[in-house]
Amino acid sequence: MAGQPTPESLDLLEKLVAALIRRGITSEAAIAAKIASTDRASPETGARMVARAWVDPAYRALLLRDGSAAAEAMGVTMAGQPPLGVLEDTEALHHLVVCTLCSCYPRAVIGYPPHWYKSAAYRARAVREPRAVLAEFGTVLPAGMQVRVVDSTADFRWMVLPARPAGTEGWDEARLAAIVQRDHLVGVSLPHAA
Amino acid sequence: MTDVPLQHDLGGSQRFRCTAVEPDDDAPPTGFDKRVDAVRSVLREAGLFTVDEMRLNIERLHETDYFGLTYYEKWLRSIAAVMVAKGVVTWEDLS
Repeated sequence: MAGQPTPESLDLLEKLVAALIRRGITSEAAIAAKIASTDRASPETGARMVARAWVDPAYRALLLRDGSAAAEAMGVTMAGQPPLGVLEDTEALHHLVVCTLCSCYPRAVIGYPPHWYKSAAYRARAVREPRAVLAEFGTVLPAGMQVRVVDSTADFRWMVLPARPAGTEGWDEARLAAIVQRDHLVGVSLPHAA
Repeated sequence: MTDVPLQHDLGGSQRFRCTAVEPDDDAPPTGFDKRVDAVRSVLREAGLFTVDEMRLNIERLHETDYFGLTYYEKWLRSIAAVMVAKGVVTWEDLS
């Protein structure tokens, strides 16, 4: 659920932080550094991984075998993160990622999850009627394409490797990365050459 | 045992069958949200807080809070509950 925290929650947070600082467990500087580091994680990382996989078969193989190692190869620190798996879309198969139990999301490579990903409606319906949910994102899959819904968990996170769109032949990695957005990495929409 | 799913087990839940997903529900995290996330991360690195402790203490929130609090407010409730349970901080610190 989106929205502003209550005054009680703001007060609780400041009291908790003050107590942790008094006990030497953290500092305002450590908290600020952590926020800065989290802010640097963005879908651009996932997009660069996808674009490289589209042009480099060896990287593609690594990405599908060990997503965490593929992220590390892009300079992302995955220490302390659950393993990352990558789901390969094809002309006949589309993947959609959800976390039905909570909101598990590969933050290190996509950044903060959007509110809708954490909403009860998405969590409840993605596994029951994925095509209806996709339609709410304006995504209509070609007839005959199979949909596979994959549940991320606290212990294992998933990202989608979309199929490379038609019309991108000869594009370099940077140009390809520029058309890959967060929603493509979750599977609620598809990249297009544009 | 009951065959009614726990409140957090939302996959396929009829309760939200007719609720639309809102692709526009995509505001960036607030300062509060980022600060809660940073505290969680600091505590995890200090070995004081695991993802499973966080999850369990969100899942066991009262239903009113589970569906009423914002996402990071739930995280904060969970962090506070675990820190008090472990004696890292006291209720007096937080009240």
